Amino acid sequence: MIVIKKLMSGNEAIARGFYEAGGHAATAYPGTPSTEILEHISQYPEIYSEWSVNEKVAVEVAQGFSMAGARSLAAMKHVGVNVAADPLFTMAYSGVNGGFVLVSADDPGMHSSQDEQDNRYYARFMKMLLLEPSDSQEAKQMVIDGLEMSEKLDLPVILRTTTRISHSQGLVELGERKEVGLRSYEKRPDKFVMMPANARRLRVTLDQRLAEAGEFSETYPGNRVIPGDGKFAVITSGIAYQYAREVFGQQATYLKLSMTNPAPRKMITDFISRHDNVLVIEEGEPFLEEQIKFWGLKVTGKERLPAVGELSAAIIAERILGGQKYSPAVNAVEGLPQRPPVMCPACPHRGVYFLLAKKKPIITGDIGCYTLGALPPLNAMDTCICMGASITAAIGIKQMLPDRKVVATIGDSTFLHSGLTGLVDAIYKKSNIVVLILDNHITGMTGHQQNPATGLTIRNNPTNRVVIEDVVKACGVENVQVVDAYDLAAVESALDQALAADRLSVIIARRACALIVKDKGKPYWIDSDKCKRCRACMRIGCPAISYADNLVSIDGNICNACGVCRQMCKFGALQEG
Amino acid sequence: MDVKILIVGVGGQGTVLASKIIGEAAQLAGLDVKQSEVHGMAQRGGSVVTHVKFGDDVYSPLVEPGQADYVLAFEQLEGLRWISHLAASGKLICSTQQIMPMPVITGAAKYPEDIESKFREAGVDYLMLDAIDTAGRLGEKRAANVVLLGALARHLEIGREIWQQAIRNVVKKRAVDVNLQAFDCGWNC
Ligand SMILES: Cc1ncc(C[n+]2csc(CCOP(=O)(O)OP(=O)(O)O)c2C)c(N)n1
Repeated sequence: MIVIKKLMSGNEAIARGFYEAGGHAATAYPGTPSTEILEHISQYPEIYSEWSVNEKVAVEVAQGFSMAGARSLAAMKHVGVNVAADPLFTMAYSGVNGGFVLVSADDPGMHSSQDEQDNRYYARFMKMLLLEPSDSQEAKQMVIDGLEMSEKLDLPVILRTTTRISHSQGLVELGERKEVGLRSYEKRPDKFVMMPANARRLRVTLDQRLAEAGEFSETYPGNRVIPGDGKFAVITSGIAYQYAREVFGQQATYLKLSMTNPAPRKMITDFISRHDNVLVIEEGEPFLEEQIKFWGLKVTGKERLPAVGELSAAIIAERILGGQKYSPAVNAVEGLPQRPPVMCPACPHRGVYFLLAKKKPIITGDIGCYTLGALPPLNAMDTCICMGASITAAIGIKQMLPDRKVVATIGDSTFLHSGLTGLVDAIYKKSNIVVLILDNHITGMTGHQQNPATGLTIRNNPTNRVVIEDVVKACGVENVQVVDAYDLAAVESALDQALAADRLSVIIARRACALIVKDKGKPYWIDSDKCKRCRACMRIGCPAISYADNLVSIDGNICNACGVCRQMCKFGALQEG
Repeated sequence: MDVKILIVGVGGQGTVLASKIIGEAAQLAGLDVKQSEVHGMAQRGGSVVTHVKFGDDVYSPLVEPGQADYVLAFEQLEGLRWISHLAASGKLICSTQQIMPMPVITGAAKYPEDIESKFREAGVDYLMLDAIDTAGRLGEKRAANVVLLGALARHLEIGREIWQQAIRNVVKKRAVDVNLQAFDCGWNC
């Protein structure tokens, strides 16, 4: 038999695993580093897939798939699990009909996130099964295994990846899809109606199911000893296994764990009894270590390794071996300018934030590309906590500081995700805030996913479109304005009107994300005879405009021709095309 | 063979495509490959870095400081930022392109002057390449990433036909020809 191997990211491999396991239906809300999972799943016509409006909805819909007898999956980034936590906790009590896998993609090091919570604790807290792949091949296999064990043990599974699993590519052996029919649907109120009487009974069986899962974990092939010279003995899981293997190679004997809740207690006890000075090497919090120490076993872990940030082979080498296994041959140059992310050239958010900052209100922000408005030179944000928190924080601030103007800024996808409930609250509370919805027709930050306001499905087919201004008006907001985000005069007059109004106002600043616009127009350029070097055009912080040698210039390689800079110039120096 | 490459640049420059082609070529050559890239926030004009490793057995997908056989830099400042990842025998291939980071644009920082001389002073084995200009002459500036790739590929023990096949497999159909030309320009530079 010829084995076909394909280079796949962890996310693509997860999609492949779901396909091969006969998966029926999947949902997700985008979020780095999880986003590509559903995008890849959507390429398999055998599987029903759709973006959900948020993670709670994604999990509940996927639980509906499972109740109906389907093998189902929901994918999200780590903080998305916070949003979905409510149904998930109870799902462990009720168990499944068709197998259910939740993919939680964590982001140690916070490449693209507001925190680096270690979601393995959710599995312990929710009493779910937990799988931790260490590369793409394992990611594929563990989706298949996860669906099977979910059905066998009647528990939901958390497949936990991290940025370095989801976004690293490795070779994956491709298998065939194994069709499995839907399990039969029976009305089971004893299992799925979570009234106290049922829940109390299921609470007891939950621990029984977990105990059975503990036995299963002892024989699960993903939990195994990888023999070595035994100079070191290492218990490890996930990407940390790869780093440890890189550092110790054959010198160490490894207990490589894949199913880490419930962890295989006998296997771990046995391993520790056979080796001295066992090290637990895990990225993030001491999740395994705490469990092992709770069992009264002696290991070393976070005494020597950091819990903060990403782990790496270099960190392990330095902390455990000492010395200089990975020392630079050339010294790093100190004091180089940082390169923080910026709004792209022609980003429709830029001009809006520039004008908003000029009015000096308190600006509560939200999560998306527009969060970059917080950075210099715009400095146009006072707060940004989590998705949806712009409108709600504004309500609270305005209530306590009634003399201040408060503007909440929120993207289209974020508004539908969790801004809508806040807006309803603002209406109910008669909160005199301004809600500025930055509608760029797409979910931008995560790489351009459709959402209910775009009217397109994940496969780019037309579907019902949720019209944001209609929703806002239907909720009861009377002062609603829709403006072109590139038209500075129009945006400014809308802002002035809303800030002067003595009632709740909503402005929708609309213009498609520059990266999804195909026909961009010719780059702008600066007529240096007319240019007075005042650099007003640079106050909007466009990365295409710079100043050097007494000359302001536009980099035609990156200008996307929005023309906002031209509206900043009093001297007519900015020229089109 | 055990090769470690770091591809560095600015979000949006096409570093991911270059790493995809390398991965494809290594796989066609029958090697184990791993690569790791960053998606999300940094792709909005921030510093981006992609790690590529291939050889007989690859464990960690990341290239550690002092380990890179090659650093392929799409932008000068980013090249300078990552020289400490070069191995003693490592080589830097660097585009002459400069993209001003926001702290420079706002005047909070200065873009380093004469970066090439800094490579020289540090004793780095380097090659500077005006990849944008080369690609521009082919009528497609966006193929600058593949020009740089060509300049790197010449040093690797993977045959030219394999690279060409990898480009055909990875690049969108209508862009294959210009990318093959861009690759040749880099290879021959
Ligand atoms: C709970 C949660 N889910 C997902 C994300 C990932 N995420 C960050 S920004 C964003 C969407 C932003 O889209 P939009 O509001 O339309 O703004 P844009 O980026 O297009 O400006 C998402 C999904 C997150 N940070 N938190």
